[in-house]
Amino acid sequence: MNLLEKLDASAAARKALLPDGVGAFGIPIEEVYSATEARIGDRRVLLLGTNNYLGLTFAPECIRAAHEAIDKEGTGTTGSRMANGSYFGHRALEREFADFYQCSYGIVFTTGYQANLGTISGLVGPGDTVLIDGDSHASIYDGCILSGADIIRFKHNDMADMEKRLRRLGSRVETTLIIAEGIYSMLGDQAPLAEIVKLKNAYNCILLLDEAHSLGVLGETGQGLVEKTGLLKEVDFITGTFSKSLCSIGGFCVSNHPQLEQLRYVSHPYIFTASPSPATIASTRAALELLRKGNHLRKQLWNNCTQLYSCFKETGYTLGPDPGPVIAVILDTPQQALLLWQKLLEHNIYVNLILPPAAPEGKSLVRCSVNAAHTAEQMTYVGNTFSKLYSVVCSNR
Amino acid sequence: MTESNYDEIMQLLCDRLSSLTNSGTQITPETNLISQLSIDSIKLLNLIMEIEDTFDVSVPINALTDVQTVRELADLVHKIKSAS
Repeated sequence: MNLLEKLDASAAARKALLPDGVGAFGIPIEEVYSATEARIGDRRVLLLGTNNYLGLTFAPECIRAAHEAIDKEGTGTTGSRMANGSYFGHRALEREFADFYQCSYGIVFTTGYQANLGTISGLVGPGDTVLIDGDSHASIYDGCILSGADIIRFKHNDMADMEKRLRRLGSRVETTLIIAEGIYSMLGDQAPLAEIVKLKNAYNCILLLDEAHSLGVLGETGQGLVEKTGLLKEVDFITGTFSKSLCSIGGFCVSNHPQLEQLRYVSHPYIFTASPSPATIASTRAALELLRKGNHLRKQLWNNCTQLYSCFKETGYTLGPDPGPVIAVILDTPQQALLLWQKLLEHNIYVNLILPPAAPEGKSLVRCSVNAAHTAEQMTYVGNTFSKLYSVVCSNR
Repeated sequence: MTESNYDEIMQLLCDRLSSLTNSGTQITPETNLISQLSIDSIKLLNLIMEIEDTFDVSVPINALTDVQTVRELADLVHKIKSAS
């Protein structure tokens, strides 16, 4: 099989999952009306498949800041920070993230994906070990692969399994990086951070926590799981993304370890890429300010999350273990998931379809993400529609 | 690590792969995991965790880049177990 035939085989596998004409992956969105509505084809749909947790995509403060930055500094930086320099905004945002997490050091990356890629591959290398949760995001897997370190997985959120694997490493724990996530993107559940910290301290490892989905969502000021659990000082490195609660694109890493600064000289995903555009940095700074004082948004978000999670549960759907902004409806088969996804779209609700092997343990998911801008009426409509479709989709249960 | 341990590893791999694929394909040491068994990445990674627990070893998943056949997987596990 030559290179092109391999891609043909991959395309055939994708077609086998989805019938012709069903564009569940990368669906064309023609117009965006608000944080909760858009047009897909000729339908005005309710958006329940974004990561816009605080509903800030149209926040006037962010839009104004982006406009002003373009007017003042242009559309792009046209190169990397190492070669082309760091703008005031890059450095300011790094200080603001460090301050937000009460850390001494902060680095901004061009995407959230690169934040994990760059941090992990900068921290560990060949001969070191990374111990990662089995349900880790692809950016974590790819960062580990790029690093050349030995990659060991533990069963998702299973602390006995994690300890077993730490014990097996013997003296290699000295150069082991443990990686977990605040909220896992597929099932929406949270890492047992207190237990992870206990093990990290017992085995004297370094801990990196990815707060991509929990930033803005958990904790009084939205720091994430570190704030909710009161364990901020116990985590060595925190990474996250601007593309969810902060509604732009980019990523960060903060730490109290001065060695974080060295990543600027050894981390390829930081060095060899164009730096974030002035508009991106400006809107992110404005959004971070809104996020920090956005307790009312978090309250609204959690009202919506708990309302919808309870409604789905009462209807009889199998759900991810924790209520939260990511609500995973778990279906028995890919066909059921596809049918539910299609029926929801017919009812003008857009959600994410997740088929094996993308979802954990071969599951098929309809993944809903709730945000603070969803109205009570929208949540009621979503709940009623899922209830109505239960018998259609899950009739053989 | 003895020859019988190697046989034990090979037997376990063949048994588990057979139940994972359900394709009726006869599993031999030369069977290609991807092209013949179509084992998806998640199933393979979960199999590695099982192997780790059965033989009380750490098998880094990055070491799988050199593994295509059942024999190569057995060789890898045997090598790690022998060194532990």
